[in-house]
Amino acid sequence: MATSVAHVQSASRTGSLPYARAFAGLLLRDLFVLRRELFPFVIRVCMNPLLFLFVFTFVMPHMSGGAALNPTAATGMNFGTVLLPGLMAVAIMFSGIAAVALPLAQEFGVTREIDDRVMCPLPVAGVAIEKICFSALQSMVAAAIVFPLAYYIPATPVVAHVSSWPVLFLVLVLASLTSGALGLTIGTSVKPQQIGLIFGVVVVPITFLGCVYYPWAALVHIRWLQIGVLINPIVYMSEGLRATLTPNLPHMPEWLILGMLLVFLVLLTTIGIRGFRRRVIS
Amino acid sequence: MIVALKGLRKVFQSRGEVIAVDGIDLSVREGELFGLLGPNGAGKTTTISICTTRALPTAGVAVIDGIDVVRSPALARRSIGVVPQYNTLDRACTIFENIYFHCLYFGMSRPAARSRTDQLLGQFHLAERSSSYPSQLSGGLAQRVQIARAIAHRPKVLFLDEPSAGLDPQSRLAMWEAVRGLRQEGITVVLTTHYMEEADELCDRVAIIDHGRILVEDTPAALKSSVGAQRVYALELIERSGLADLTTQIQALSGVVRAEAMPAGVRVFAHAADGLLPEIIEIASASGLRDLTIQETSLETVFIQLTGRDLRE
Ligand SMILES: Nc1ncnc2c1ncn2[C@@H]1O[C@H](COP(=O)(O)OP(=O)(O)OP(=O)(O)O)[C@@H](O)[C@H]1O
Ligand SMILES: [Mg+2]
Repeated sequence: MATSVAHVQSASRTGSLPYARAFAGLLLRDLFVLRRELFPFVIRVCMNPLLFLFVFTFVMPHMSGGAALNPTAATGMNFGTVLLPGLMAVAIMFSGIAAVALPLAQEFGVTREIDDRVMCPLPVAGVAIEKICFSALQSMVAAAIVFPLAYYIPATPVVAHVSSWPVLFLVLVLASLTSGALGLTIGTSVKPQQIGLIFGVVVVPITFLGCVYYPWAALVHIRWLQIGVLINPIVYMSEGLRATLTPNLPHMPEWLILGMLLVFLVLLTTIGIRGFRRRVIS
Repeated sequence: MIVALKGLRKVFQSRGEVIAVDGIDLSVREGELFGLLGPNGAGKTTTISICTTRALPTAGVAVIDGIDVVRSPALARRSIGVVPQYNTLDRACTIFENIYFHCLYFGMSRPAARSRTDQLLGQFHLAERSSSYPSQLSGGLAQRVQIARAIAHRPKVLFLDEPSAGLDPQSRLAMWEAVRGLRQEGITVVLTTHYMEEADELCDRVAIIDHGRILVEDTPAALKSSVGAQRVYALELIERSGLADLTTQIQALSGVVRAEAMPAGVRVFAHAADGLLPEIIEIASASGLRDLTIQETSLETVFIQLTGRDLRE
């Protein structure tokens, strides 16, 4: 009898509006907290590309005349141009780790604060998806901050022009959501005590093997590596930005990039939500 | 019934099979202050977790305010307020923001959330601390903030898991005051505790829970009178060979309701009769009385009578 009551009431009281309001509330809370930590956020986003650009596109060229370090010298492009999309991809990926994986590890491990948000009138998956969306917002801001750095710092001029705004936008959104989903997957599958290890074990490898510092096409002489890196989602982020921001460089076809980003987004979101549910519901 | 649990079971599969909740049936009436009293590991937190959608039962049904919590967890959460056993305040937000955002999560408009927050801060005497962060609060204050936050969306039922664990006596009294205040607002309260004074003082009805089962359920007064005795004498003896004999001897005394042989001696349930204690001591002295403790009947006594153990054991 009790269950029949439940059905009558749920019919009258559900609807997606309360979910939307809870979701908006969670997002607002995260934005509010981020605003308070704006300065550390900007520092975190800028430090890696700043140093990288400074050393490789400013200091080194002054030492060696600029030619030696350019993996794409043959195609006539300078290293600064190669790095522009790559460093934006790293910033996007890293925001996913910093905005989702690290805080989650802390909340699961030490503080259990997440319990409060899990008690929102929203399916648990909604709480996880909010994390992904919030992280995606950060990723996009990070990419926007890195662009001018990567454009103006290199000693040699960077050649960039947008081939198609809609595709660029699509790549940015998909890449940002995917990195949020990656953060969720990492944050829920790694033991909280071991979260420090993920930098060495996950972040550094996927960055160095993510076609960040070289276009995918340049790997043609190391065929096994060229095939192997295809399982790395960062590859499609870098290549996607390369295809849309520096289209003169060799890059993968756009349909492949968008398709693979979508595949990774769905896959990582599914795994991430499953992990999240396992962590918060016993 | 605002809370109705039927045949609730929870078996954890990690590190072997742990039966945390073993077939619990429970009904709580609207507006009641209900207590789950039991020792550590009795299954109190697990029961609360199932009711508050944080754990899925292995079997059984939990219906709260007419909503099946397993089938419609997101909906059920609107009728539920929770204060867990540990502090889950949002460390990145101030006290004000903790309550304010909670209101937003539950769909209030911003002005409504603001005025509700102000009202709660006043009600729980937290107004001066509204811009403090949770890490700056004492345990008692943090507990009060958690209660204020838990009822911010006007839930029908508030679940409090060990609300006075780790509180000093003064904060505990303040917490009791706050909880009593809630029932004036018509909120049903379900709390767990392993302090029998708390269950006795605060609750309209108490269920005693042990090893995942409910042993008895009644008002504190009825539970205490069910013991049929006013005092419990625990005799600790040096010589335990004649224990059975001794027990029968004591049992025969007028005023003694029951005497039980225990590993360390004899436990005597008795009325508060004049001259009974000297008689018992005299009989026990023959076996070398080492120590004697006297307890007024309390929920503790009820627990001892039901399980043969102390609540704290
Ligand atoms: N996630 C879990 N995995 C495995 N076993 C668990 C889990 N949670 C609880 N248990 C076990 O279930 C039993 C009941 O635990 P529960 O936390 O419900 O007890 P409790 O009455 O709240 O005790 P306490 O007073 O210590 O809070 C215990 O034996 C505990 O070890
Ligand atoms: Mg507990």
